[in-house]
Amino acid sequence: MATASARKGSLFGQKQTKILTDLVLYVVLSVVGIIFILPFAWMVANSFKDIRGIYTYPPTFIPEVWQPENYVEAWTMTYFDLGFLNSAIVAAAVVLGQLFTASLAGYAFARLRFPGRDKIFLLYISLMMLPFIVLMIPLYVQMRAFGWVSTLQAVIIPFLFTPWGTFMMRQFMVTIPRELEDAARIDGCGFFRTYWLIILPLTKPALATLAIFTFVNTWNMFLWPLIILGKPKVKTLPLILASLQNQSGMRTPWHLIMAAATFVVIPVLMAFVLGQKYYVRGIVTSGIKGGG
Amino acid sequence: MAAESAVAPKRAPQKPGAIAQLRHAFTGLRREETIAGYLFLLPNLVGFIVFMLFPILFAFYIMLTDWSLAKAPEFVGLKNFETMVNDRLFWKSLGNSFYYTFVAVPTGIFIAFWLALALNRKMRGIIFFRTVYFLPQITLTVAAATIWRWIYQPEIGMINHILEIFGIDGPKWIHDTKWAMPSVIIMSNWQGIGFAMLILLAGLQGIPEEYYEAASIDGASGWQRMRYVTLPMLSPAIFFVVVTSLIGAFQSFDQFYVLTEGGPAHATTPLTLYIFQNAFSFFKMGYGAALAAVLFVIILIITIIQWQLARRWVFGFEEDE
Repeated sequence: MATASARKGSLFGQKQTKILTDLVLYVVLSVVGIIFILPFAWMVANSFKDIRGIYTYPPTFIPEVWQPENYVEAWTMTYFDLGFLNSAIVAAAVVLGQLFTASLAGYAFARLRFPGRDKIFLLYISLMMLPFIVLMIPLYVQMRAFGWVSTLQAVIIPFLFTPWGTFMMRQFMVTIPRELEDAARIDGCGFFRTYWLIILPLTKPALATLAIFTFVNTWNMFLWPLIILGKPKVKTLPLILASLQNQSGMRTPWHLIMAAATFVVIPVLMAFVLGQKYYVRGIVTSGIKGGG
Repeated sequence: MAAESAVAPKRAPQKPGAIAQLRHAFTGLRREETIAGYLFLLPNLVGFIVFMLFPILFAFYIMLTDWSLAKAPEFVGLKNFETMVNDRLFWKSLGNSFYYTFVAVPTGIFIAFWLALALNRKMRGIIFFRTVYFLPQITLTVAAATIWRWIYQPEIGMINHILEIFGIDGPKWIHDTKWAMPSVIIMSNWQGIGFAMLILLAGLQGIPEEYYEAASIDGASGWQRMRYVTLPMLSPAIFFVVVTSLIGAFQSFDQFYVLTEGGPAHATTPLTLYIFQNAFSFFKMGYGAALAAVLFVIILIITIIQWQLARRWVFGFEEDE
């Protein structure tokens, strides 16, 4: 593309034109980048201010009084530490559960031959399109009947199954050469051992993609926990964060809220930076973004 | 179509090795495989039936009842849908859902398209920019909305302060009935643009360089290359982004709940929030389920319209069927 435009505008040499366009692009990209980063920077900067610094006008970017204690206070207020633990338990359980159920079913769909397989697979795919908003009311009634309201299993167990993850596992496993399995089968491996010893190790990239997606989505899940987790002791981090700004009082303690928000955001940002390759591939190959 | 192509490769013979063929000659082993297949599906199947299939069927019943959870549900037929006709807030929230969706999605995709074009170059540091643009997408909406709620504060917020530097007297943003929805849209696009950008970027990278070279040799200008090479070749990716973004936008909830709480004066109450309020603030389960059904049907109709329109503008759409 660039070479083509250079050929046309022969006023400059090809090289100069490229350098010039690159330069303009860098400036534009940087300006846009600053817009994307600014809210985060603003969050972190203000998490170190004291309450007076928050309400100073005009606001300054760099805190006049540095108050790193905000993080200690944010951590100890309103069950925040417990919320962190709850969120971690839920995320770990859902990630592990989905990896297991999705890879098992994916293997069955990709490799095993049994009647009704393709029909069941189509049903799975159609379930991917179901909006959660349709499910939430009957699911709530169901949880009530189970006696699961305000328990962590209510945000774990219904989410251990994933049509999208199953679909992705199946698509990946279909591409694994059959010869490896056949060899294992001759050696007398049962289906489960073949899945566990041969297929799973070869499926690592797809498992990584599913793990990081599920972690981000579960960590960020809001609507369902908001409905089902009423008691303070079982609340997950997003719920606590949302409730902070609605506390009655003279002045909203924005410095503490920003410290809390930083706490909540860091695990997902870390997961993303570490597993960016897998996350980006997951989006590009299947186009599923987080929901919930 | 997606489902069809996903299943298709399986139907083609997978050139079973001699051993596999032998294995399948024995019916005993085949039965073993069938049992194994169902066992492998079992955890998933039980989960789907209990937590998806059953709730959906149950929803059909709930929407025909008057049910506050305190007493037994009372069957009322289609009364919930009749109530909707005269429910001013239902129409208001429906309008808000459409307003939000049909402003946020086109503007977001438009910006994402230009960003993807800019990133589709061999330059140093492109990955860095891509990561930066994608960060808000990873951030939970609750945290993003919390930050923006404060950025939008009329007196102490960052935006109005920046505007003041340029001599502009900023609006009251989320506290103004006219500006509240644009505020939510700006925040949502800031957060969501990375997704569309990534898909479009992948689409751009899939266009063969030769097409551009051929167009240049034929004397195509930059605009013509865009119009006759880039846009048609990118149309499947654009289509995909449009469909998923529309579906996603109609289901948006978090930012409305945290950023504006649906206010002021219901100016930012979308259907999702109205469903939530009916079911879990007023405990009208039947009415809530009926509203959810309406939302589902709207999403379905809009998606079907998209598929129909796609024949006219999406490259290679017809051939796939």
